[in-house]
Amino acid sequence: MTPMAALAETLRSALGSEAVIDDPQRRRTYECDGLAHYKVTPALVVLPTTAAELATVVRACAAGGVPFVARGSGTGLSGGALPHADGVLIVTSRMRRIVEIDPSNQRAVVEPGVVNLDVTRAAGPYGYYFAPDPSSQQVCSVGGNVAENSGGAHCLKYGFTANHVTGLRWVTPQGDLVAIGGKAPDPPGYDLLGVMVGSEGTLGIAGEITVRLTRSPEAVRTLLAGFESTDAAGAAVSAIIGAGLVPAAIEMMDALAIEAAEAAVHCGYPAGAGAVLVVEVDGAAADATHEFDDVMRHCEEHGAFELRVAADDRERALIWKGRKSAFAAVGRISPDYIVQDGVIPRTALPEALRRIAALSAAAGVRVANVFHAGDGNLHPLVLFDDAEEGQAERAEEVSGAILDLCIELGGSITGEHGVGSDKARYMPRMFSDDDLDTMQLVRCAFDPEGLSNPGKVFPTPRLCGEVPGRRSGPHPLVSAGVADSF
Amino acid sequence: MGPPDPSAAPSTVSSPGSLAASLSEAVGTEHLRLGGSGDAVGGFVPRFVARPVSTAALSALMRAATRHDLAVVPSGGGTRLSWGPAPERVDVVANTKGMAGVVEHVAGDLVVVVRAGTALDDLQAALARAGQRLAVDGHWPGATVGGLVAHGLSGPSRLGFGTLRDLLIGATFVRADGTVAHTGGKVVKNVAGYDLGKLLHGSWGTLGVLAEVVFRLHPRPPASRWVTATAGTPAGASALVQAVVQSQAVAVAVELDRPPQGPAALTVMLEGPSATIDARAAALGARLATAAHSFATSPRNGSSPICLSDLAPPWWGRLPVDPGGVLIRATTELDALPLLLGAFDAASEATGLAAHARGSAGVGSLMLGLPAGAAPDAVADLVSRLRAGTGRWNGSVVVLDGPPGMLGTLDAWGPVAGLELMQRVKEQFDPGRILSPGRFVGGI
Ligand SMILES: Cc1cc2nc3c(=O)[nH]c(=O)nc-3n(C[C@H](O)[C@H](O)[C@H](O)COP(=O)(O)OP(=O)(O)OC[C@H]3O[C@@H](n4cnc5c(N)ncnc54)[C@H](O)[C@@H]3O)c2cc1C
Ligand SMILES: Cc1cc2nc3c(=O)[nH]c(=O)nc-3n(C[C@H](O)[C@H](O)[C@H](O)COP(=O)(O)OP(=O)(O)OC[C@H]3O[C@@H](n4cnc5c(N)ncnc54)[C@H](O)[C@@H]3O)c2cc1C
Repeated sequence: MTPMAALAETLRSALGSEAVIDDPQRRRTYECDGLAHYKVTPALVVLPTTAAELATVVRACAAGGVPFVARGSGTGLSGGALPHADGVLIVTSRMRRIVEIDPSNQRAVVEPGVVNLDVTRAAGPYGYYFAPDPSSQQVCSVGGNVAENSGGAHCLKYGFTANHVTGLRWVTPQGDLVAIGGKAPDPPGYDLLGVMVGSEGTLGIAGEITVRLTRSPEAVRTLLAGFESTDAAGAAVSAIIGAGLVPAAIEMMDALAIEAAEAAVHCGYPAGAGAVLVVEVDGAAADATHEFDDVMRHCEEHGAFELRVAADDRERALIWKGRKSAFAAVGRISPDYIVQDGVIPRTALPEALRRIAALSAAAGVRVANVFHAGDGNLHPLVLFDDAEEGQAERAEEVSGAILDLCIELGGSITGEHGVGSDKARYMPRMFSDDDLDTMQLVRCAFDPEGLSNPGKVFPTPRLCGEVPGRRSGPHPLVSAGVADSF
Repeated sequence: MGPPDPSAAPSTVSSPGSLAASLSEAVGTEHLRLGGSGDAVGGFVPRFVARPVSTAALSALMRAATRHDLAVVPSGGGTRLSWGPAPERVDVVANTKGMAGVVEHVAGDLVVVVRAGTALDDLQAALARAGQRLAVDGHWPGATVGGLVAHGLSGPSRLGFGTLRDLLIGATFVRADGTVAHTGGKVVKNVAGYDLGKLLHGSWGTLGVLAEVVFRLHPRPPASRWVTATAGTPAGASALVQAVVQSQAVAVAVELDRPPQGPAALTVMLEGPSATIDARAAALGARLATAAHSFATSPRNGSSPICLSDLAPPWWGRLPVDPGGVLIRATTELDALPLLLGAFDAASEATGLAAHARGSAGVGSLMLGLPAGAAPDAVADLVSRLRAGTGRWNGSVVVLDGPPGMLGTLDAWGPVAGLELMQRVKEQFDPGRILSPGRFVGGI
């Protein structure tokens, strides 16, 4: 029996046969995440149903020196959940229990596979919601949100997943289940939650998550504004921020993105607009009205030729539909596309857009821009036709050049999609060797054997070496009796 | 995994002269002096006080310290250097006050890059000129941004804006071996790599020395109001807290102040447009009056217990302790607040120690001040009584400050979940244990 078959046997007897998938056809359905051009079939797929089972799986992997990769809903856009060919893919899709909605403590406790929007649905009747709202929220899992430190349109005002996680039951790469934090604030010691969130599956796996619930706002006001150009829309955004207003969201789409959204979902955005802004203001009813008036005034003063205010929830949903479907909608106007995710300081927006346009023109590759304008998080959609010779390469070049531009302007190579497999090679452009080496000290502390989602985030793994003062037992492979099989 | 075997400590002995030469080479002769009794940390008089004026000098200092196995305690304003258990040893105090000033403030991006030794007050003054602020509403003279991040405490407005942990978006720091590392960046939205800023926040100078930090900023509010209600019982105070946080008041802070004798004041801070703030404060006042009324034990002669003000109460953002007193932080789940307050009373009565509670009731994090001169045995007794109950409110009890000597005799931190992972992190960042050894949880 191969070591992997032995591992499958062990896990089958521990978790039940329905939890273990070794059939090659079925394994292949997990070969990629939302970044579909990276594909690897995992050696084994395991679907635990509890945190304890999750720990059992990881412990078995650790004992055998087998790499493992966590997977939630597989919507990640950086290849973070790309399987390891000789490893186990641990899928949380059978861990979808909302353990508790606790309004008087303003917390929810959920299993990692719970879908983001389901938390909000469950908390809604109590007047609460889960603030991080990635556009993929109808599908993506809270465990994935934790791993990616996901944000959404409303993180301008409400922050990212990291600001909303107060407790984790965490499976360490050794397979120990540790509880960090909980419903109370300020657990003593180092802020382990702070590094676990955003660690992209490389420091272990979230087995249970305690999140903060946010009071649903008394009033929400949503505006769609049409502008002649992205420059004009950008100037309106600057004026809004400059006036000390903090809207819940400020989103921008350019002409090409509008065209795509229109074709796909008929959202009825202003005809002929060079750019639209979606601005949402929320809070105490009196304040929201007041701030909303200010926002409208700034838009008008900067040349908005059409202002559309959502009169009710239905109209509000329609305004958001265009924005939220933008990625998929691009499929209507181009056979293939790359979704890029980069960040620039917000004040550099006009320059960034001009230079993206220049890159696009020079390469003959169309770029549609959709972005979180309030915080400078760009999502350029680079369009191409794979059937045409050389187009994919040119699109890839433009996409990469946009990241270089973000770094040059003082921004980041990723604002929310993560580094994963896709951007590990860009990390050295943003961070020095010493910076990356320092980050990997954390990796070495958590996962000295490098088994938890290996090959992601860092372009070159650090050798953890022997830590002074720590007893060094036999190599785990040897003690597990599998050293010569691998 | 306990403290390392002392016999394993390096036996290299460097003469004081060569040490001084090595350290002055690192930071410059004019920035190095011999330590005196006024520089003592936890009873240890450091051999040297170094005042590096650049990240490069700080890095050179740490390299020299590693080479000579010198224990280094970073310091900022030195306002709270006494906090925490005494370090195992102190050879050098690395004072960061020479690394001060705003490096970059792009108002349109609501971001500031600032050197760690900058006084918070100086930073706020600079930001105020652009109508902005770092959203920690405390005025703590002398405290530096590096010291604040390292201690990881918080002010009242954490309910509305989070703690410094949430406002810190990037940092440059120097590791024990002198390596200069960056984390995060200058943009608020950024998920590239591990967020080491969060790890450094609240690390008490045991993982690295902060050289520069990057904060996200907020606009200064057009108007602020403080609404105060009083409550005679723990349950009454908790009812007020719930009345605010479950409402649509959008409070930025919900603070409690409860002197040893006497009722608790619960003060709520609102911020927002001038045009609406008075109406919002009045509506909140009415809501609090209703909540207070349902808990009032005796009629209040018709006078309203609610007070609306456009000034913060005098205790706002201050620690409930006098010099020489004992400071304890206790946390709880929000709806178990009455249990925690009740436990304060019971422990205070049993030990005869007058306890002053104050802090962020709206998030479940309170400070408890005990008077100067409290007997160490009584303090230890009070702490263990509180800890005995933490299972009921799922919180923690940490002793932050006390008279020299006392902190060494009691367990300042209590049980720490994830301690083994923390110790492994420390071993990676500071294998030689030269950064404030022994100050932090589990002997870290
Ligand atoms: C149409 C579309 C729109 C999107 N919009 C947004 C957006 O607005 N904002 C945003 O931030 N992202 C967005 N994303 C990206 C993606 O949805 C998020 O990153 C999401 O959080 C991933 O969740 P998932 O459950 O699909 O995770 P997966 O893709 O399954 O995994 C993502 C990463 O998390 C790790 N992981 C999964 N579960 C766990 C766990 N329990 N413990 C530890 N690690 C784990 C995996 O190993 C992998 O590295 C979008 C994606 C799509 C397809
Ligand atoms: C009267 C008063 C009341 C206060 N009330 C509150 C309050 O209610 N809430 C609140 O949050 N704060 C409060 N503070 C501020 C806070 O408690 C301390 O002043 C602050 O943490 C210490 O700042 P400091 O620069 O003096 O640091 P120091 O006292 O010099 O050092 C504090 C700690 O940080 C470490 N440290 C210092 N600088 C660095 C650095 N650059 N890198 C790494 N580690 C470093 C030290 O080793 C030490 O462990 C108050 C301060 C004062 C003076």
